[in-house]
Amino acid sequence: MKRRISFICNKNLVEAYVNPALTLLDFLRKNERLTGVKEGCREGDCGACSIMLGSIENNSLKYEVVNSCLFPIADADGCHVVTIEGINEIDLSPIQKSFINEGSTQCGFCTPGFIISLTCYLISGKQLNYADAIDSIGGNVCRCTGHAAIIRSVKSIMDSFINRNAGNEKCIDYLISKNYLPAYFKDIEIRLMNLKRQTVPEKLRNRLMIAGGTDLYVQRHDDLILEEEVDFIFNTGNKIYTENNSCFVEASATASDLGNSELLKNIFPGFEDFIKLFGSKPIRNRATIGGNIINASPIGDITSILLSLNSSLHITDGLNERILPLNEFYTGYKTFNLNSNEFIDKVSFKIPEGEYFFNYEKVSKRRHLDIASVNSSAFIKMNDGIIVEAKISGGGLAPIPLYLEKASSFLINKTATGNNLIASINIALDEVSPIDDVRGSAVYKKILFRQLLFAHFNKFFPEVITPEILI
Amino acid sequence: MKNYDWIEHVKGTSKFADDLPVVEGTLHAGVFTSPTAKGKITSLNIAEAISHPGIKAVFTAKDIPGKNQIGAIIADEPLLADEDLHYVGQPIALIVGVEEYSIKQALRKIKIEFEEQKPILDAREAFEKKELIIPPQIFAIGDIDNAWDKCDLIIEGTADTGAQEHLYLETQIAYSIPKEGGGIKLISSTQSPTAVQRCVSRILNLDMHKIEVDVQRLGGGFGGKEDQATAWAAMAALACNLLNQPIKLKLSRQEDMRYTGKRHPYSSDFKIGLKTDGTIIAYKVDFFQNAGAAADLSTAILDRTLFHCTNSYYIPNVKATAYSCRTNLPPNTAFRGFGGPQGMFVIEAAIHKAALKLNLQPFEIQAKNLLKENDKFPYGQKAINCVARKTWSSAVDKFQLAKKINYINEYNSINALSKKGIALMPICFGISFTNKMLNQASALVHIYTDGSVGISTAAIEMGQGVNMKLRQVASRIFSVDISKIKIETTNTTRIANTSPTAASSGADLNGKALEKTCLILRERLLKAAEELLKTGSNEELSLNNENIAVNGIKSNLAWDKLISFAYTNRIPLSAHAHYATPGIDFDRSAAKGNPFSYHVYGTAIIETTVDCLRGIYEINSIETIHDFGHSMNHIVDRSQAEGAIIQGLGWVTLEEIKHSSNGRLLSDSLSTYKVPDIHFTPDKVSVEFLENDFASEAIFNSKAVGEPPFMYSIGAYFALINAIMEFNPHIKIKYDSPLTPEKALLMLYEGKELNFSTPRNK
Ligand SMILES: Cc1cc2nc3c(=O)[nH]c(=O)nc-3n(C[C@H](O)[C@H](O)[C@H](O)COP(=O)(O)OP(=O)(O)OC[C@H]3O[C@@H](n4cnc5c(N)ncnc54)[C@H](O)[C@@H]3O)c2cc1C
Ligand code: FES
Ligand code: FES
Repeated sequence: MKRRISFICNKNLVEAYVNPALTLLDFLRKNERLTGVKEGCREGDCGACSIMLGSIENNSLKYEVVNSCLFPIADADGCHVVTIEGINEIDLSPIQKSFINEGSTQCGFCTPGFIISLTCYLISGKQLNYADAIDSIGGNVCRCTGHAAIIRSVKSIMDSFINRNAGNEKCIDYLISKNYLPAYFKDIEIRLMNLKRQTVPEKLRNRLMIAGGTDLYVQRHDDLILEEEVDFIFNTGNKIYTENNSCFVEASATASDLGNSELLKNIFPGFEDFIKLFGSKPIRNRATIGGNIINASPIGDITSILLSLNSSLHITDGLNERILPLNEFYTGYKTFNLNSNEFIDKVSFKIPEGEYFFNYEKVSKRRHLDIASVNSSAFIKMNDGIIVEAKISGGGLAPIPLYLEKASSFLINKTATGNNLIASINIALDEVSPIDDVRGSAVYKKILFRQLLFAHFNKFFPEVITPEILI
Repeated sequence: MKNYDWIEHVKGTSKFADDLPVVEGTLHAGVFTSPTAKGKITSLNIAEAISHPGIKAVFTAKDIPGKNQIGAIIADEPLLADEDLHYVGQPIALIVGVEEYSIKQALRKIKIEFEEQKPILDAREAFEKKELIIPPQIFAIGDIDNAWDKCDLIIEGTADTGAQEHLYLETQIAYSIPKEGGGIKLISSTQSPTAVQRCVSRILNLDMHKIEVDVQRLGGGFGGKEDQATAWAAMAALACNLLNQPIKLKLSRQEDMRYTGKRHPYSSDFKIGLKTDGTIIAYKVDFFQNAGAAADLSTAILDRTLFHCTNSYYIPNVKATAYSCRTNLPPNTAFRGFGGPQGMFVIEAAIHKAALKLNLQPFEIQAKNLLKENDKFPYGQKAINCVARKTWSSAVDKFQLAKKINYINEYNSINALSKKGIALMPICFGISFTNKMLNQASALVHIYTDGSVGISTAAIEMGQGVNMKLRQVASRIFSVDISKIKIETTNTTRIANTSPTAASSGADLNGKALEKTCLILRERLLKAAEELLKTGSNEELSLNNENIAVNGIKSNLAWDKLISFAYTNRIPLSAHAHYATPGIDFDRSAAKGNPFSYHVYGTAIIETTVDCLRGIYEINSIETIHDFGHSMNHIVDRSQAEGAIIQGLGWVTLEEIKHSSNGRLLSDSLSTYKVPDIHFTPDKVSVEFLENDFASEAIFNSKAVGEPPFMYSIGAYFALINAIMEFNPHIKIKYDSPLTPEKALLMLYEGKELNFSTPRNK
């Protein structure tokens, strides 16, 4: 079941008739012989395969970085794919020069990925700053330099942007003028508008659907290529919106969509920082909440957050919709209440009002781009000094993403005293049954969970939940 | 000076083995491996796999025409397991097919049955069961038995260090192409082309001259491709030989992690005796090295552990014993530091433990015992041009140790749930292969008629910048621009009998050989120039900036003119020379001698912060004064040092190799094995150059840099321990690296109940 797919690859139009599940990595390296795109892991964890993906959104061109090893070529249809070779039209770009000057490359295997990620960050058109620049290469691993020299390069590049007088010059034009991008980028927007995306396939029931592919390509890459009939869930439209005091998030919304959402930031101050602990930038650009829920990992981060917001799933078979509370969805390890002809359409939760607290905690071996050892999310709503709503979730503590039923309901109608809060922590500890695995021993996870609950309450009620309790 | 290779890197145009275009008819190979850590094959059925679509052949041990043996030092490792299985991931069969996906499927169709036996995973258990690769190795100096009486304090303990995955970004790969006369050309991602050539010759029963090994560059090696690139190359060659078709064999990341060896985990017992003022009188240590299932390079690594067991300290009475223990894990192998870090960790643990007892700061004991000029190492060599104390005192001054300590004390007194710790770490590392034979190299230089230069040596470029250093050597001697100089691939037909590019010695050995070769050519050229310039007798000619200078003054004879004149006059424009490091010797049986041509020194100060609520931490700074000799390339050397330091930080913190109780690797992907990422990099990594001109066997006095800085990171372990002790002073420290966030949290709350007691009056 080959498909016709066309996209602009660097400056050339590519028309391919291929297996749509083929990864862009393989296509670029083997068919196009663009070997600057490297394969380091095929699991989204090294960034050697990073490419820039340009597409038209709301009538303008935007770029984001993705891991080509987890990216089905079908999703490149109608887009602009940029590899390191696509930057090389010009003399060395200031990023490339700075990597040479600072010794930010040694063996060179990771280098194109870093340069692509940083270049993509500059095109983002956002207000640039050092922390975001570092975050933009958080998905790239360099085993040789240990990143110290790369950090120097980032600093020097960011310094050169301090004086950028944005004016009304378009970001891409500015970058072309400063040699960060070759001139052909000028025409890409027009070219893409003329290059129609093929019609988006209907979501076909009973087929394996690839959303972001960040889970599927890691787990079942060979099956996707050889065995499965697959289809694709494309990102479209306005994915996060409110209606009748509820917030709706479409299943195809990505982690980046969540992190960029002004709406969510307003409801939950600091929300974007929680999302930054999810994967890396290229993973967040692809990983969808639908995929996160269906992945059913006991340590799924978004699932954990959604549980504490008392979210509901809107499940459809294309004709009828049913609504199911997320905390009733999972039936056991990686099993859930979904028929083979159904898919998740969206998720909703009530927008909280009045006095409320929300916090998310995640501890993993490495702070960034790592799966949690334990995570926990807590939501508490107060009325007149009384807790009227409490929802606590925890990941890595049971075969499913866990809603802490007893600990949460214990708090309802109680005052937020140290005694009550501590009592609920002790109840929660009895509700969990972690196991020893590669992410930590059961003993560790239990203690860690206790600490994270403490962290929530310490943030919410610092006067009563004080460090002395720990010491 | 900028590195020319880097221009290609930033453009993504450097060519790694997987980037080279494949020739027509190329097939791919996949490896079927042992599902058990210990057992005997009772039946192996490959029929179904062979008939899988797209599969051309399946090969097993019985198809090997020569000897089924890849052990380089000790012949104890088959290429393909015949009957006995020794570790999970041990190669058993090779599947060859037209494309990679179907090979993956066919691999699942091989049916194996075996008798399972109980594996040994732990070095001490192997030691108990007398599973030793070689007899125990002992280094001793002074009189340990009578030294204990002279000590005021004697402390005993254990210290463990973990395995480490190399995680070179380019996985193991080999591409084998048939040549006429039954020969083979191998593109291999190896640090050791001759090892590959020798092994393939043995496996295929072919003369070595029939096997050409060619290496452009590696996407990182770190020791992981010194001995362990060989097997994959041999398999590709085997299939190529049997099918007479080109074969590409590339491991996926997960295969690479599962099938290849790591840094050796060590478990050690120490006993240290000191005076109350901190002077170390005696040190006894037993090292139990987890070698894995075969010798590989373990015995050489064991040696280096012994060589570095006293790190940078002078200790008059030492007895160090090392056991290489055979277990049922993939054979462990070379990794930056080559056993040195494992040895140094133990002496640092001993000092730390002693300091707690003596109520001293560990750095007080460290400072007191640092090596001085002419002090003897336990193997009898004297510390010459020793800058151990100099680097220490400059670090203390330059990085303002006293001020740091004040600041940390202040911080710790006002923060209940966040604590800081500090540690110092001196290093001393010997340069040379400890196997004398390997300390040789040769170089081949061609000058082409247009004046451009092509250089072949045995050095493998894998990110360490050796190509650039070689260019600099030639450029300096010929006084021509770097752009005129090209470093060719490393190829066994151009340079025979290569030593591995390892032991930090690549630039020294090959640089010296190249220097010699270039000098030969320079002499010839100057002689030719004399004829041309027809000068009087007292005039001195030299090469100067692509020109010939007479008594230092530019002549009208340019470099390219001279070359073309030389060619016309039939003066040879190619030369080859050989270099052997002078002055090194080591008597194995007495364990005494001068194995190293020089030592590298340095001192680091490390500051860390522990989040005592979550058990997570940061390494805030690592600042070092490092002895580079007279660095010939600051950018390359600094980046090397930083990279080594941070790789070391990973080793003592995040990087944790976990196996199931039956020997299966659990941390077998990048999602479960975490290496430092950019957020983990300390805010401050400073590498200050201590310029020191005394290292005549270092090329241009520029000391070897690859490995030594790795060991600064050991200090981070102790800085973290010190921070944790600020929160929970009563812990029993296990000295068990890596200090993962899990271990940190468990230490922070050691001795406390799980359930919180409810707060008073609240
Ligand atoms: C490097 C890396 C880092 C990661 N980090 C994190 C992390 O920090 N936290 C975390 O929680 N996860 C993490 N993940 C896991 C993964 O990215 C997430 O679970 C992600 O949300 C999956 O979404 P996806 O769209 O990519 O799923 P896909 O791989 O496309 O699909 C996963 C499954 O969901 C099904 N599916 C997708 N959408 C729907 C739908 N609407 N209805 C029904 N079925 C659907 C698919 O058919 C498939 O079975 C990481 C993964 C990688 C590779
Ligand atoms: S190859 Fe490592 S992220 Fe794609
Ligand atoms: S330069 Fe080798 S991995 Fe980054």
